[in-house]
Amino acid sequence: MATHAGGLTLSKAVEVRGLIRSYGDRAVLDDLDLSIAPGEFVALLGKSGSGKSTLLRALAGLDHDVTGTGELVVPENVSVVFQDSRLLPWARVLDNVVLGLRDADERGRKSLEEVGLAGRENAWPNELSGGEQQRVALARSLVREPALLLADEPFGALDALTRIKMHVLLRKLCAAHQPAVLLVTHDVDEAIVLADRVIVLDEGRLVAEERIELAPPRNAADPLFAAVRSRLLDALGVSL
Amino acid sequence: MSGQAATLSGVRAEREQVTTRPVRRRRRLGPGKPIRFGAFIGPLLLLAIWSIGSAAGWLDPRILSAPWTVVTTTSDLIADGRLQSNLLTSTQRAFVGLGLGIVLGTVLALLSGLSRIGEAVLDGPIQIKRAIPSLALLPLLILWLGIGETMKVTTITLGVFVPIYIHTHNGLRTIDSRYVELAQTVGLSRWTFIRKVVLPGALPGFLLGLRFAVTGAWLSLVVVEQINSTSGIGYMMELARTYGQTDIIIVGLVLYGVLGLLSDGAVRLIQRRALSWRRTLAD
Repeated sequence: MATHAGGLTLSKAVEVRGLIRSYGDRAVLDDLDLSIAPGEFVALLGKSGSGKSTLLRALAGLDHDVTGTGELVVPENVSVVFQDSRLLPWARVLDNVVLGLRDADERGRKSLEEVGLAGRENAWPNELSGGEQQRVALARSLVREPALLLADEPFGALDALTRIKMHVLLRKLCAAHQPAVLLVTHDVDEAIVLADRVIVLDEGRLVAEERIELAPPRNAADPLFAAVRSRLLDALGVSL
Repeated sequence: MSGQAATLSGVRAEREQVTTRPVRRRRRLGPGKPIRFGAFIGPLLLLAIWSIGSAAGWLDPRILSAPWTVVTTTSDLIADGRLQSNLLTSTQRAFVGLGLGIVLGTVLALLSGLSRIGEAVLDGPIQIKRAIPSLALLPLLILWLGIGETMKVTTITLGVFVPIYIHTHNGLRTIDSRYVELAQTVGLSRWTFIRKVVLPGALPGFLLGLRFAVTGAWLSLVVVEQINSTSGIGYMMELARTYGQTDIIIVGLVLYGVLGLLSDGAVRLIQRRALSWRRTLAD
């Protein structure tokens, strides 16, 4: 379904026009437009059932059982990080990182070093903590040098402290590798801390957009932060 | 309310005069501590009864030979080389049948597990085959293939491939679809997908099937070797039956038992080695 821009240099990393996706009679994405610039970090917020995962799966080319129309342009090289680390339990950490790549062990090691797991190349995934497993998943994505990184609630299953560390790590990695990012999350603070732009999806349409121009480190105690948050919560239909 | 308060204070008054006693160990209701080397006690007891029965003359040697006769018979059989040559023939038959069955079962499981057409064509007939005991096919196999080695190996193969197929196929089908999705997102080729995801994912199922298959191979061997055979442990036992040599029959039984135990142990060892990634979970 996704049209790949073979060899073209684009001013847009992602271009979505009139995207419609439906399960049976129920339209999940309803004439959606979205574009993401190269290197831009976009966070996608939405209630459960708002269609955020459907959009991400459409961009990843994983929506085999869904009917729909629309124009989708993504880069040649797309990586996906899932909510679960999705490491193959029977492959050692390094083999998981370089899965499907040829002669990439050296790059894989470097990538593990980047996520702070140097020396754990030969561990089994089951021997790692949840946070470490998710870092391996990040290494697996970034070793492919993607032009677009799709992340589906990647920190949703982690505890609050680990999540903060992962935010710092993800920002560092994105600064180093400069992929365009679409991060699906239900955590408003996470979206504001990480993203250049936050968009809100409701019933298959984009209903709000906030460009976040706060200087890092972004602090929830900042009144500007609080203002953005309350506008986003409003758009999500949560009133405090 | 006041009634409730009255009972409460009544309870408290009772509490204030609790009768005490020194702590008594409660009677243990479970089976208690395990006995060291407990697993050997039953078999040794059986051996003792057998020995005493033979020594006292309660056991007719035509019904059951004495244990020491079995031992001397074993050394006699080894001395004249009959045991080794029969054992070799039997083992060869079992291994050839097992090998062919493993390959057949695995290939069929892959074909049927990875393609819907393969499943539609293969799974039904194999399930039907599973419902027919492979030993019930013997009359037909003897008519088709004669009574030579081909028939024997074929019978073993037919008994072996079914458990391999069933468990490998089940292992394949129960591979988490999330891993399939992952394989799609990292753009694995079909062959790499089979090598890195499908085969290792189905390995636990395959190895379980292998344990059943090994047992099945020895079982089929026993039967085929007692039908018109001229060599093998089963033949040795069948011959002994005609001459009423219970000692040789028992040597054969012990051999089958040892072979079964050894091969099951070997498969379990392979299982532990090959599935070491699971050990952190299971052990």
